[in-house]
Amino acid sequence: MSATFALRAEDVRKTFGHFTALAGVTLDVKRGEFLTLFGRNGAGKTTFLKIAATLMRATHGKLWIEGIDIREQPEETRRHIGFLSHNTYLYRDLNPVENLRFFAQLYGVSNAEERIRSLLDRVGLKRRASDPVRAFSRGLHQRVGIARVMLHEPSLILLDEPYTGLDANAAETLTTMLQENVAAGRTVILTTHDLEQGLRSATRAAIIDRGKIVFAAPGNDPTVREAYDQFIRVGLTR
Amino acid sequence: MKAIWSIIFKDVVVELRNKETLSAMIMFAILILVIFSFAFESSGVDKNAIAPGCLWVAFSFAAILGLNRSLAKELDNECLQGLLLAPLSRGELYIAKVAGNFIFMLVAELVILPLFVVINNLKFDLQLLKVTGIGFLGMLAIASVGTILSVLSSATRMKEVMQPVLQIPLTIPVVICAVEATAGLLIPDYGENSSWLSILAGFTIVYLAVSYLLFEFAVED
Repeated sequence: MSATFALRAEDVRKTFGHFTALAGVTLDVKRGEFLTLFGRNGAGKTTFLKIAATLMRATHGKLWIEGIDIREQPEETRRHIGFLSHNTYLYRDLNPVENLRFFAQLYGVSNAEERIRSLLDRVGLKRRASDPVRAFSRGLHQRVGIARVMLHEPSLILLDEPYTGLDANAAETLTTMLQENVAAGRTVILTTHDLEQGLRSATRAAIIDRGKIVFAAPGNDPTVREAYDQFIRVGLTR
Repeated sequence: MKAIWSIIFKDVVVELRNKETLSAMIMFAILILVIFSFAFESSGVDKNAIAPGCLWVAFSFAAILGLNRSLAKELDNECLQGLLLAPLSRGELYIAKVAGNFIFMLVAELVILPLFVVINNLKFDLQLLKVTGIGFLGMLAIASVGTILSVLSSATRMKEVMQPVLQIPLTIPVVICAVEATAGLLIPDYGENSSWLSILAGFTIVYLAVSYLLFEFAVED
């Protein structure tokens, strides 16, 4: 499988009993791309990202991350992935440094202490580095979550509604960090409902509706807005 | 291997911070021992004859409570998903979680056993060391099957209820072997206990192997 693609999905389907969450997603994402995936609630965005992150198994189809078949080499695949969802996966009884140190050990990050310090500084949590995460607001949680995702310098960053709960400052920091990662040749796939936020850095936009990719175009293409109106705004009343 | 140690160390640190799992297990086990002691006090039943059973009821229920608490920490903020995203196999994750749960069970056992000796007027002698060994083996069997069952029950609506409902029937053979082996040590002329120990060891190996192989399917979303 060609390694010029950070992600290749071929007819990926997922069903939960009688409910079809993904009805056959076929998608190629090149290395260094910033893909924003728009979709209504329940369209299949999170399911697709979870399958790509190896958290869920597809009912049908194949998926490669950095040329690796995720079914054949799931552990190797996970080394390349940074995944942030609605939950930050942080232990409330540990402070941000301890949480990040733990994940650094799991991923075998070298120079972990330096990297943790620099990331916490970046997300504006240097002064609260020794406070337990349980004392943090949703936004602060998400900031530590962002640091966790970036910790092992993944080549593919998967973000499921990452701006939820972030204040303007933190949202700006996240956008800048993502842009820097894309500039460094890494790939970002982000899901959101927010058209403006989603298009800020996107080099490509796609819309998923009822478990299928129904639209894909460059991020600056004017048809993106029309398609968004057609599938998401109108979709709300469907 | 380093990742396994990291998870075990993290579990221990989190427990040292909140002390939720161990304190609940120990308190619950002590209550069971005390209740049994009072319940049979006036009935004329030979306390020594029922002591091994009481001990293993206490161990079993304390273990269920501990496994529930341990998993609750991983479900909080969906931390388990964070572990599943890490580049380690599901088997390694299973070993790490079993080891963490086993450590807590051992600590609880080491606190409960002396109290059991005092409550039942037993002697602190070599036999007690052997009972501790049986406890280690039995707890390993309970931890091995309990860890996977706690993950399975977490996917159900009544997870706190499902854990004991699934675990108690599956660990009955372990408890029977452990009670018989313990009775062989604590009750004079009860009979030889090595065959029960062999069966217990067999169950422990089978439970560990089967749970290790099935863990991947248990954690699937």
